[in-house]
Amino acid sequence: MRPLMYAVAGVFAAVSLLSAPVSAAELRVGLSTEPTSVDPHYHNLSPNNALATHIFGNLVEQGPVQELLPGLATSWKPVADDVWEFKLREGVKFHDGSPFTADDVVFTIKRAGNVPDSPSSFAIYTAAIKDVKVVDPLTVHFVTDGPYPLLPNDLSGIAIVSRKYGEGASTADYNSGKAAIGAGPYKLVSFTPGQSIVLEANKNYWGDKPKFEKVTFRPITNPAARVAALLSGDVDLIDGVPTADIAQLKKNSAVSLSDAVSNRIIYLHIDSDREVTPHVTAKDGKEIKNPFKDVRVRKAISMAINRKAIVDRVMEGVAIPAGQLLPKGFFGVSPNIEVPKYDPEAAKKLLAEAGYPDGFKLTIHGPNDRYINDAQIVQAVAQMLSRVGIDTAVDTMPRSTFFGRASKLEFSLLLVGWGSGTGEASSPLKSLLATYDKEKGMGPSNRGRYSNPEFDKTLAQALVTVDDAKREKLLQKATEIAMADVGLIPLHYEVSTWATRKGFEYTGRSDQATQAMDVTIK
Amino acid sequence: MSVFILRRLMQSLVLLCVMTIIVFAGVYAIGNPIDILISPDATQAEYDRAVRALGLDLPLWQQYLVFLSKLVQGDLGKSFVFNEPALTLVFSRLPATLELAFAAMLLSIVIGIPLGLWAGLRPDSVAGRSIMAGSIFGFSLPNFWQGLMLIMVFSVFLQWLPAGGRGPTANFLGINSSLFTAEGWQHLLLPALNLALFKMSLVIRLTRAGVRETLLLDYVKFARAKGLSSRRVIFVHVFKNILIPLVTVIGLELGSVIAFAVVTETIFAWPGIGKLIIDSIFVLDRPVIVAYLIVIVLMFITINLIVDILYSVLDPRVRLADMKS
Repeated sequence: MRPLMYAVAGVFAAVSLLSAPVSAAELRVGLSTEPTSVDPHYHNLSPNNALATHIFGNLVEQGPVQELLPGLATSWKPVADDVWEFKLREGVKFHDGSPFTADDVVFTIKRAGNVPDSPSSFAIYTAAIKDVKVVDPLTVHFVTDGPYPLLPNDLSGIAIVSRKYGEGASTADYNSGKAAIGAGPYKLVSFTPGQSIVLEANKNYWGDKPKFEKVTFRPITNPAARVAALLSGDVDLIDGVPTADIAQLKKNSAVSLSDAVSNRIIYLHIDSDREVTPHVTAKDGKEIKNPFKDVRVRKAISMAINRKAIVDRVMEGVAIPAGQLLPKGFFGVSPNIEVPKYDPEAAKKLLAEAGYPDGFKLTIHGPNDRYINDAQIVQAVAQMLSRVGIDTAVDTMPRSTFFGRASKLEFSLLLVGWGSGTGEASSPLKSLLATYDKEKGMGPSNRGRYSNPEFDKTLAQALVTVDDAKREKLLQKATEIAMADVGLIPLHYEVSTWATRKGFEYTGRSDQATQAMDVTIK
Repeated sequence: MSVFILRRLMQSLVLLCVMTIIVFAGVYAIGNPIDILISPDATQAEYDRAVRALGLDLPLWQQYLVFLSKLVQGDLGKSFVFNEPALTLVFSRLPATLELAFAAMLLSIVIGIPLGLWAGLRPDSVAGRSIMAGSIFGFSLPNFWQGLMLIMVFSVFLQWLPAGGRGPTANFLGINSSLFTAEGWQHLLLPALNLALFKMSLVIRLTRAGVRETLLLDYVKFARAKGLSSRRVIFVHVFKNILIPLVTVIGLELGSVIAFAVVTETIFAWPGIGKLIIDSIFVLDRPVIVAYLIVIVLMFITINLIVDILYSVLDPRVRLADMKS
C-alpha cells in the first residue's frame, strides 16, 4: 500500500508542478459579479463599467473616492450658461495606433444612448446634452438643455470608443474583440463568458504605465469558492470577501485585506403618502390609517433601530452607521446631520404621542440576494421594531421578484440600497426623495413617495447651479430637509472588502469596482 | 421500430410545446426582467424604452406567438443580458458541461461497478462492508459541502489541484476540449469527483443488489453445476443480467448530471450550462431559459430513446414495437 500512496502523491506533485509559478507581471482576479459584455454602452452595470475602464477610458475619470480627475479630457469649464468646453488630451492613441480626436467624442455621445436591445442604456448620461460641437480637433463644446452642472459627472460614466471601429459595430463585435479598440491602459485579448476575461498591457498608454503584462479576470460567484481560490493561490485578488470569513482571513499572514467605504447606502423606504398602506394593520388585523404619514411615527421607527448593533453583529463590523445618503467626504454631504440615536424609550413615547401607544402590525420586505447580508438586516430591524411595540413580520424574496413588486408600490416598509454612480449627493436625492414625476424624470426610485415642495425647490435649484460651492450648500440643505422629515430611514453605508495574496495590495474604491489599475505590487 | 420512434417524436413535440408555455407563464409570473437589469437611476421614459426594446410591452400571448414564429425559423431569440443569440450561448457552454459529465460518469462506472461486484460477491467480508458503508457517505454528503471540502483539502492545504475554473482547451479530431490538455485534467478532476461520488454510490448499490439477487437464481446454479468457471459465471451470466437496471439508471443519471450540475459548477466556477441557467434564472433572462430547457428536454428524449434501444439489445425478450414508449 505504502509504495502505491507514494506513487500517487508523486504523480500529483508532478502534475501540480506543471502549473508553472506565476510571474509578478501577471495578475489574476476572482470576481464576485461577472461583466456581461465588453460593449461599454450596452448595459449600464457596475462590473461592465469597471471592465470598460480598463479598455476604453473616459473624458473624465473617477478616482478612488469618485473624485473627478482629468482623463481623455485635460480640463473643462462652463463657457456659457448652457455650454461646457472640454479640452482633449493631446497625442493620445487608440490601441491600434490611430489618434484620438474630437470626432470620436461626437461619435461616442451619439452611440452611448442608442445601442439596440440595451436593457439599461447610457441615455441617462447623455440626456442633458443637446448638441456636441467640434471647435477644433482638441476642443469640444457640449450644449446642454439649460444650465447643467453635472455634465462632468455624467461624462465620467461614458467610455470613449473610436469611430473607426465603432461605426456600425454591434455588441457582439465588441465581445469578439473586433471593435474593442479603446485608449485605456489594457487591451482586450479574449472574453469568454462564464470563464475568463484576459487583458494585456497597452504599452502606449498616455498615463501611468500598466503594472501587469497580463490580467485575467475569472468570475467566481460562490463566496466560499472565491476565498478558497485565493487561499490556494489560483487568483491573486478577490472582491466581495464574505463578512463571515473576514476575521479568519485577518489572522492569515499570506493574505492581506483592504476595504473602502462605498457610495452605497442601505436604507428603509417608508410609505409616507397613501391613506392606507398595504402591510400595516391594527394588532387585531383591522384596517387602519397609514401611521407612516405621521412624521413622529417615522422618527420613532428610526430611533427604535440600533444601527450600531446591526453593524457590529450582522455586518461583523464591516459597515458604517448612516444618518444621511452618502458617507463623509462626498460632495453634498451635510456636516450637521448626526446618526440617529438609538433610544427605544423615546421611540415608544413618540408612538404614544402619535396615537399608537400599543403599536400596530407591520410586514417589512426586503431582497435576500442583492446586498451584503440583506435578509439578516431585515430580520434584525424587525426584532428591534417589535421591541417598541410594533409587531413586525418579515418577508424577503429574490431580487427577481422584489424590485418589480417594490416599484409597483406593493410594500409599506422595505429595505433597499442605493449607490451614487455620480459620486455626489444629487443622485440619491433626485432618485429617492424628489416628488415622483414621470414626465420630468424625478424620483424614479421614490418607492415611499415622499414629497415636500420645499425639498423639491431646493433640489431643483441645486441641479441648475453651476457654481460648486453654492451647489454643495443647496444639496446639503435639501438633505437636511429630507432627513428632518425622515423621508427615508438610513441604516448604514456598505464597506467593500478586497483580499489579496502576499505580494499584492489593493487600494479600495468607493464605487465598489475592482480594477487592475488600483493593484500595487509589494 | 420506426413506428416506435415516430410515436416518440410526436410526443416530444407536444412536450416541447407544453414546456415552453409553462416557462413563458412562469417567468412572466415572477416578474419583469427590466426591473432587475435596468440601472436604478433610470427615468420612467428610459424604463419604457428598455421594455419596448426587449419586446416585453406586448401581452404575454403575443410575446409567445412572436417566439413561435421565430422558432420556426430556428431563431430562439437573443439573450436579454448578453445580447447574443440564446442558442449560441447555450451551445458555447455545453462542451464544458459535457466533459464534466462524461468524466464524472466514467469515474462512477469504472470505480462503481468493480466495487459493487466485489461487495455483492463477498457481502460479509471487511472490504464488502466497508464499500457499503462508504457508499452511504457518498449518498448522504451534501454536494455543496463535499465540494468545498475537496477544495479545502486538495487545493488549499495540499495545493495539488486548482480550486476551480476550466483549464486551457486543445483541438483534437475537430473537438475543442480541455480533456486534451494536462492542465485541463487538473482542473477537471475535483469537480468530476464531486459529481461522481453520488453516482458512484448509486452504481455500487445497484450492482451489489443485482449480483446478490442473480446469484440465487436457477440459471446461475445450473451454470455452476455445469462446471463453468466461476469467472465465466460471474462475468457472462451474472453481469449481463444485472446490466439492464444499470443501463437505465446510468442513462438517466447522465442526463441529470448534464442538466443539473448547477451546484458543482457554481462551487468550482466551471463555465458550463448549469451556471449559465442559474445566472439566467436570477435575472429572468427568458430566451436563455427557454433555449436551455429545449436543449435539455431534447437531450432527455434522446437518452431515453437510446436506453430503450439498448434494452432490446441486452434483453432479447424486449420488443420495441410492443413498448408503450
